[in-house]
Amino acid sequence: MGKFLLNKPGEKLILLGNEAIVRGALEAGVQFVSTYPGTPASEIGNTFSQIAKDAGVYFEFSTNEKVALEAGAGASFSGQRVLVAMKDFGLNVASDFLIPLCYSGVKGGMVILVADDPSCWSSAQSEQNTRAFAYLAHIPILEPSTPQECKDFIKLGFELSEKFEIPILIRTTTRVSHQSAPVVLDKIIKRNKKAEFVKNPRKFSTMPPRVLEMKQELLDKIEKIREFSEKSSLNQIARGQTSGRLGIITSGVSYLYVKEAMEELNINLPVLKLGFFHPLPEKKIQKFIKNLKKVLVVEELEPFLEKEIKILAKDTNPCLPAGRQNLQISGKSHLSQIGELRPEQVISAVSKFSGKKTNFDFARHRQEFSNLKITKRYPQFCPGCPYWFVFPTLRRIVPKDTIFGGEIGCYMLAVYPPHRLQDYLYCMGSSVGIAHGIKKSTKQKLITFVGDSSFFHASIPALINAVFNKSSPLIIILDNRTTAMTGHQPNPGVGKTGMGDTAPEIKIEDIVRACGVKNLKVVDQQNVKEFEETVKDFLEKEEVSVIIARHPCKFVK
Amino acid sequence: MNKNFNIVIVGTGGQGLITLNKILAVAATKEGFDVKTSELHGLSQRGGSVETHIRFGKKIFSPLVKEGGADLVISLESQEAFRACYYGSNEKTIFLINDYIIPILTGDKKTELSSSANEIKKFSKEILLIPATKVVEKEFQNPVLAGIYLLGVAVSKKLIPLKIETVVKAIKEVVSPKYLNLNQKAFELARYQ
Repeated sequence: MGKFLLNKPGEKLILLGNEAIVRGALEAGVQFVSTYPGTPASEIGNTFSQIAKDAGVYFEFSTNEKVALEAGAGASFSGQRVLVAMKDFGLNVASDFLIPLCYSGVKGGMVILVADDPSCWSSAQSEQNTRAFAYLAHIPILEPSTPQECKDFIKLGFELSEKFEIPILIRTTTRVSHQSAPVVLDKIIKRNKKAEFVKNPRKFSTMPPRVLEMKQELLDKIEKIREFSEKSSLNQIARGQTSGRLGIITSGVSYLYVKEAMEELNINLPVLKLGFFHPLPEKKIQKFIKNLKKVLVVEELEPFLEKEIKILAKDTNPCLPAGRQNLQISGKSHLSQIGELRPEQVISAVSKFSGKKTNFDFARHRQEFSNLKITKRYPQFCPGCPYWFVFPTLRRIVPKDTIFGGEIGCYMLAVYPPHRLQDYLYCMGSSVGIAHGIKKSTKQKLITFVGDSSFFHASIPALINAVFNKSSPLIIILDNRTTAMTGHQPNPGVGKTGMGDTAPEIKIEDIVRACGVKNLKVVDQQNVKEFEETVKDFLEKEEVSVIIARHPCKFVK
Repeated sequence: MNKNFNIVIVGTGGQGLITLNKILAVAATKEGFDVKTSELHGLSQRGGSVETHIRFGKKIFSPLVKEGGADLVISLESQEAFRACYYGSNEKTIFLINDYIIPILTGDKKTELSSSANEIKKFSKEILLIPATKVVEKEFQNPVLAGIYLLGVAVSKKLIPLKIETVVKAIKEVVSPKYLNLNQKAFELARYQ
């Protein structure tokens, strides 16, 4: 792991996008890093966890993303440079705080790294497009395409954040975060400025009527950043040759597929690559589209760019005299809103757009491929996983019509064969709340699952709610002593911090008891008989009951 | 090498694909090529189907190999080779397949490679079936080494346009000291078979 701390400017290293983000933060003199693990962002926290002490950086795995963001904000208010990292769903959790934070702004530079997962390679629940937060929170959003850009954009993010006193969001996707490529190193900077919180309630207290002034200040900041965006090399126009006055606008990993497609088709169209999603360099876009007849917007998921550009085009390319065609802007008529883009899709789209034929018959190839009979291989619990003792046992002993509730963690794999045992499954913390609603509505038997890390993350308010409102679900907390799915990060139950220091071990049973749960038992599910009897007994109870099934993940040392 | 070289490695989570990916990326860089790789972590690593992509050449943009665009497919498990046909074309793709089946837990009938290799032919120029797992289990009692063994086969048979010495150096850089010796041995074993 020493490679991240090398201080040899000019040296080239092969880095994963996420590793380049770590390096970029170090080169920007980051002092405080917080995160909650989530793939495709997990390696950022994992790497800091390993190097924080040597790098002289404070690092923590927070209990959830909202807390991570709040902690980061506190450090920034005290003048520190802060990186907060999370996956897309994490920003939903953090959004309650994110929105007012953008109003007040920050002091020390603050970059929020959010990794989206188009195609849901490592995500249940939904396929999210974090760009939408530009509209909700007015937060500036930058989108790198490569590991080198990950590093460069992070550094610029810190500069912008400090200059305009606003958090900057860097949005990656799986194919950026988990892409590796050579990255040129620059110098690591150590900032030793003493941290101090200087009182300034006018800046940090979001109360009306001041809060509406803050909103105006935020909108003003965005316009200033837009001026920067207009001149920034992050938004670059590559001149090309086109007889038909065609042009392509793209960003993020899609840009790489556009370049690939032009190579494949042996054409060189003008391309506008946008490093800023928000605020968009409107003048630059208008200049680019002004003399074009047809523009193809290549972007993943929802057509946010396409819509923005269509609006801008109305002013730039008004109705032309009769006989001349208006500017045509297309995007999602060629490319899906669902799933990540792949090079062959962009090749086909650019081929259709430009009228240049491909050398390879993709349609025929796909037809032949779809004729192959391929058995789906689902992810599984690892050999030796303690969860193998939970689901088959439950299947065997509980009434057939028992409802099983799930959420996010390794135990969600029980949705796949051979278990097929999750009747509902949503975000972290949701399983207990939903269970309560079902139990209040029906007399059906119900067992709902929570993991140890997700218990701390978001389940405690739901548990309190269930007790407070006299509900009766059976909650099984699967305590495998780690945050396993994302790479075995510590959580508040394991007595170790993200920097490897010992910490108070917060006992789940103490919290459950303090929430007023009377039926509580801690068992090791590998004692099958005891586990079985407890489940049978608790399933008949008319109050909330909790079983903590505790057995460490086989990878816990 | 005039054109970019495209490799897709397929297998199941836990077979060490990411390490192979890294070794190839480091080796290609050492030979002065531009390189990009793509891999997946998290949920998809839990024993499910996984694939990694490595592309190198003069200038690489996309981290993903395009449909029908693989020069070489390395399949660490034989049923996964079918999935990799997406990247194969009979014009150029060589399939290097570990003759080894990890059963799929569905109750569905499992596909036997021997009876279906014909179907892969449509997507390949050449198929090499190597009993990698069998060999490394016999020699080292460690099935995870099948990957590095197959890499040894690929490099020594010149299926990858990289020098053996460079790959040997990359292995030393990438593999953790604890497992280095075993990996080197498995790689060497493949070279001299």
